[in-house]
Amino acid sequence: MSGGPLHKLGVVETAEEVARGGVSAVEVAKAAIARIAARDRELGAFLYVDAEGALAEAAEVDRRRARGESLGALAGVPVALKDVLCTRGIPTTSGSRVLEGWIPPYDATVVTRLRAAGAVLVGKTNMDEMAMGSSTENSAYGVARNPWSLDRTPGGSSGGSAAATAAAFVPAALGTDTGGSIRQPASLCGIVGVKPTYGRVSRWGLVAFASSLDQAGPFARSVRDAARILGVIAGHDRRDATSVQRGVPSYEAACGRDPRGVRVGYVRETAAEKGLDPSVRHAVAEAVEKLASLGAEVREVSLPHAHHGLAVYYLVAPAEASSNLARFDGMRYGPRVTGNDLASTYAKTRARGFGKEVRRRIMLGTYALSAGYYEAFYLKAQKVRTLIRQDFERAFGEVDVIVGPTSPTPAFRLGEKVSDPLSMYLADVFTLPASLAGVPAISVPCGSSDEGLPIGLQLVAPAFEEERLFTLAHAYEQATRWKDRHPHAYW
Amino acid sequence: MSKPASIDEAEVRKVAALARLELDDAEVATMATELSSILGYVASLDTLVVSSVEPTAHAVASVSPLRDDIAEEGLRRDEALAAAPQTFGGAFVVPKVKEGS
Repeated sequence: MSGGPLHKLGVVETAEEVARGGVSAVEVAKAAIARIAARDRELGAFLYVDAEGALAEAAEVDRRRARGESLGALAGVPVALKDVLCTRGIPTTSGSRVLEGWIPPYDATVVTRLRAAGAVLVGKTNMDEMAMGSSTENSAYGVARNPWSLDRTPGGSSGGSAAATAAAFVPAALGTDTGGSIRQPASLCGIVGVKPTYGRVSRWGLVAFASSLDQAGPFARSVRDAARILGVIAGHDRRDATSVQRGVPSYEAACGRDPRGVRVGYVRETAAEKGLDPSVRHAVAEAVEKLASLGAEVREVSLPHAHHGLAVYYLVAPAEASSNLARFDGMRYGPRVTGNDLASTYAKTRARGFGKEVRRRIMLGTYALSAGYYEAFYLKAQKVRTLIRQDFERAFGEVDVIVGPTSPTPAFRLGEKVSDPLSMYLADVFTLPASLAGVPAISVPCGSSDEGLPIGLQLVAPAFEEERLFTLAHAYEQATRWKDRHPHAYW
Repeated sequence: MSKPASIDEAEVRKVAALARLELDDAEVATMATELSSILGYVASLDTLVVSSVEPTAHAVASVSPLRDDIAEEGLRRDEALAAAPQTFGGAFVVPKVKEGS
């Protein structure tokens, strides 16, 4: 061992140490499981810990090494999975009572790929029910807390994965991002989060929320670690017709490339956003200066329709969700509440199974798609989505990467926004446009608020240009001290 | 097309029936208020003229790829049925369909 506690090792370090024989995969797995057992009661990051499975996978990695067999890119690396990803033989709830007790008969493709690379899957993480939310308070199984401050949210919907990574229970985790659900919790927890290009990562085995937006991606404590995970999960999957047949470049090689001459655009309209916290404004301005000092060519760009992203998203995503969630009817899986006939059985099963926010979005989506309103709401939103997409196309004619805040505020207090859906939705105001345009984005730590809470910088690139994100984010990370800040109580 | 500025309780009940969601009276009232607030917000899109804009259904244009027509293993029947609340003779058992009674 190179010294220091095991939980501080990142993804690449762990894989290297295990491959070198400096530490066994079983030791690493035991340390992770012990930390979760000792500390997660207060954090609520995990919904299920698969200690037995993790130790068996770790032992298999150690056996392979002992036999001199080749080890994967993630050999012995503990990884946590958002509970929206199906895991064979391990409960998967999507944070909802509607799937309580369900044990999937198959693994999601991303899970299959992690296993094949030697990752040790330690458990399933807490999330807003059906990935709908920005605080993990919509989980049917209790809130998750932010390791930087336990009375604050880790963000959402992938709050458990972000909290588990920031608290160093695991060096990395997978989340999913429909409108910001990887980037916003990464920002609020002071770690790195990547939303890949739509179509870059298979959605097979991901419990669908909004199928034209959902993407899985990594959380990690460094840019290079995130790059390694994305390299493993990215790529075409014939089980997902929307995953693209396109080679996967080396994202790790992109980390360490020279950022000089990269054209970086700062979005002019960002400053006009009413909810932008002064500490975030300040941190992002400093980060942009730092990028310039690293040799990036910074200029202003305009995304004139981006501020309509919130309205578009809250029509498009609920519409898709209302259709996707029709499958939860108590017939084939999940608890059933029997009524007088089929229709009332559906209605009672779904009323009991879905929480308040999910019911609200099903209602909104059903309304937006219903006869007489389709053109006024859903079709209109799809047209404005085109305008947002075209804004990005124009901007990417002038710059290589767009930069701005990930979240308008640092982590807010638990309970602060639950009674006002619109104020909660505003937490995603800066992440939604890239989701609607289908382009990739990364959040990387870039500052600290007066209260010591992390602030995240969002970088956005054109479709399938994730390498630019890794190059710039890595250069920025290496040139600043934010990578060395960790929540004290968990480090 | 004109659209309503808000959604009333009768409309909430109609949509809940379409969505197969049982709502109690209190939730119908709350839902009417909250949905009206959200619809009020999304009405901001009405400031845009989009009559000549093509809608985007998927951000990344794609063609539907076809795989070779070769049979392969899917889920086994017992695996597919394992999580069902009620099964009989290798099938899902569902309540009697009796609409409108």
